[in-house]
Amino acid sequence: MGLMIIKNVILNDKTGMLLVENGKIVDFRQESPEDSSAEVYDGRECHVLPSLIDAHVHLREPGFEYKETIKSGLEAAAGGGFGQVMAMANTSPVNDSASVTEFMLARNMESHPAGPFVHPVGALTRNLEGRQLSPLTELKEAGCRAFSNDGLPVKDNELFRRAVEYASDLGMVVIDHCEDTYLAADGVMNEGRISSYLGLKGIPSVAETLQVARDILMAAYLDTPIHLAHISCEESLELIAWAKEKSIPVTAETCPHYLFWDEEIIQGYNTMAKVNPPLRRKKDVLAMRNALKNGVIDIIATDHAPHADFEKEVPFAQAPNGISGLDTALSLCLYLVRRGVLELDDLNWLMSISPGRIFNLPVNTFQKGDPADFILVDMEYEWQVTPEEMLSMGKNTPCMGMELMGRVMAHFMGGKEIFSRF
Amino acid sequence: MNWTHKDLLDIESLSIDEVRHIFQTSSRFIEINSRSIKKVPILKGKSVVLFFAEPSTRTKTSFDMAAKRLSADSFSLASKGSSLQKGESLKDTVLTLEAMKPDAIVMRHSLSGSAGFIARHLKCSVLNAGDGWHAHPTQALLDGFTLSRFWDNDFQGKTLLILGDIAHSRVARSDIKLFTRLGCHLRVCAPRTLLPSGIQDWPVEVYKNLDEACHKVDAVISLRLQLERQEAGLLPDIREYAARFCLAQRHLKKAAPGVKIMHPGPMNRGIEISSDLADSKDSLILDQVESGVAVRMTLLYLYLARPKHEQEIPEG
Repeated sequence: MGLMIIKNVILNDKTGMLLVENGKIVDFRQESPEDSSAEVYDGRECHVLPSLIDAHVHLREPGFEYKETIKSGLEAAAGGGFGQVMAMANTSPVNDSASVTEFMLARNMESHPAGPFVHPVGALTRNLEGRQLSPLTELKEAGCRAFSNDGLPVKDNELFRRAVEYASDLGMVVIDHCEDTYLAADGVMNEGRISSYLGLKGIPSVAETLQVARDILMAAYLDTPIHLAHISCEESLELIAWAKEKSIPVTAETCPHYLFWDEEIIQGYNTMAKVNPPLRRKKDVLAMRNALKNGVIDIIATDHAPHADFEKEVPFAQAPNGISGLDTALSLCLYLVRRGVLELDDLNWLMSISPGRIFNLPVNTFQKGDPADFILVDMEYEWQVTPEEMLSMGKNTPCMGMELMGRVMAHFMGGKEIFSRF
Repeated sequence: MNWTHKDLLDIESLSIDEVRHIFQTSSRFIEINSRSIKKVPILKGKSVVLFFAEPSTRTKTSFDMAAKRLSADSFSLASKGSSLQKGESLKDTVLTLEAMKPDAIVMRHSLSGSAGFIARHLKCSVLNAGDGWHAHPTQALLDGFTLSRFWDNDFQGKTLLILGDIAHSRVARSDIKLFTRLGCHLRVCAPRTLLPSGIQDWPVEVYKNLDEACHKVDAVISLRLQLERQEAGLLPDIREYAARFCLAQRHLKKAAPGVKIMHPGPMNRGIEISSDLADSKDSLILDQVESGVAVRMTLLYLYLARPKHEQEIPEG
């Protein structure tokens, strides 16, 4: 591939042109290069950001293709700005063998050979049952980039310890869904004022914080990294802040929904806002925003969890957990930038560079030689969230009907345009 | 009164004037129910589906009798033997029922919010006969109506104690909302494991000791203890519960004179209420049942005669 010039784009508040060659970043500059044979692409004064990396999605294939397929999920990723997504193992069959991992990667190559790319997350235990380790070496060799029992956390502390140790031999990080399943049993929303009012069984925040504490102490004792998935409450943040002060090797993620909504949104039994961990209190939302800024939270991931419409059209307790997030995550987070909660640089870090570093994935920092994975974002683009506008098959989001600002206009992976709204 | 509501889902959606109107109208039906011929033709030609997806005896019978006294046709459907058991979704079940053109669906369901859920999907009236732990508005209204008959409609400043499993009780939730709005002071008494999280934000005083809780109360509503609470680890055992919380005459020594005792039924005698108290002169438990039919006649009348609300109840 020859030289390509993406002209008329804004990088770090400077307007200029991005030079790309052979799938790599060459330079960002103000003056045109001599090479007149270069292909020129008009960026139409969009901001250029690194292609985003989502460390937590559910693509539902194999097994639940009526909710989402790898093809539709990756299309939503492409349009939402995500060039790499890490897909959790709760498919059917569970991704606890090379054959499932290879199947997912093959599906990716069929539908989106130039990206976005799915990085399967292998099941930590066989069939996610929490009894016996999955063949972790086999999974790694097949292409898994992390291990997790997401959704069905390992209760047995001894098994969890051995899993973390074994994974570390392979240079792999364990992602833990922090939930004490006894405390959370049968709960359907945050335990508190609203759950009591609605007569719904609550999930107390201590169900999360106990497990966060376990993982921190385990990571400290083993001196081995553990990644804490979808953190939802302030008390967890306090524990993580303590761990980081002590240089304990834990990293933590939160999701856009924990940055925007609290339990109030459940009023009227709104199944679109049913998610696990549940939306918490207003103070948790504010604490979560602070934690993005002070480094307690390392990454923002979507926990993209698409479901079919009919599955959410049931009484609240029967509805499955999950919010479809790939289509809306960036627009939501750009609101935080407009509000001054975050700088654009922070967003690049939280949604691309930091997850890339934690999981050892290629990242673009716009230095010479970095992969030319980037998105062009129109910061003023206003759009309404409608089923048609969402590329994911899962239309289950509390954003439905909302007016959002800021959108991906084009998406490049390895210097190739993989998606465009121009 | 112009009745504009489509559904009865909870107490909150009723204004205090509407509640008082329900009480007044129910008094007329009490009178009708005391005649030798109790049937009146005001809902002739209307049909009511009684969809009880959870076991119920008195509420279902009460609604059934209320419908028949008003000359409406009532049809019963239980979840056992229905297509819900065959895995049909609740939405599909009620849309199917509605296609048969009933004027109202009375539903009891084990999931909180299910009455509101079906109401959103249906054009006919939905009367909530209890949804999960959320609401039981007709029970609250009959409790209120029962006391109004003995208190001459004066609730202001009265103190009412709700005793027992508040956390898992739709009756408690609806009663607290209704009686608070009628001007009563509310108390609850239960072990902490049977109190909902965040009770400190509710308009109630919490008591741990039943003697203290009964001090100067004007009425006590004792709730049924579901025996599965013990299995769930919320109580050590039923005997220990009864020792602390079984309401008996001795707790009522310092209660207000003429204290009234109520229970939504079915009772566990000797667990949440002593047998002699249940049968005592202060007990309104059977009055509640009588009021229940009248209140449900009122509600069916108000919701089904709509929009022909000008239709009058025939004079005796």
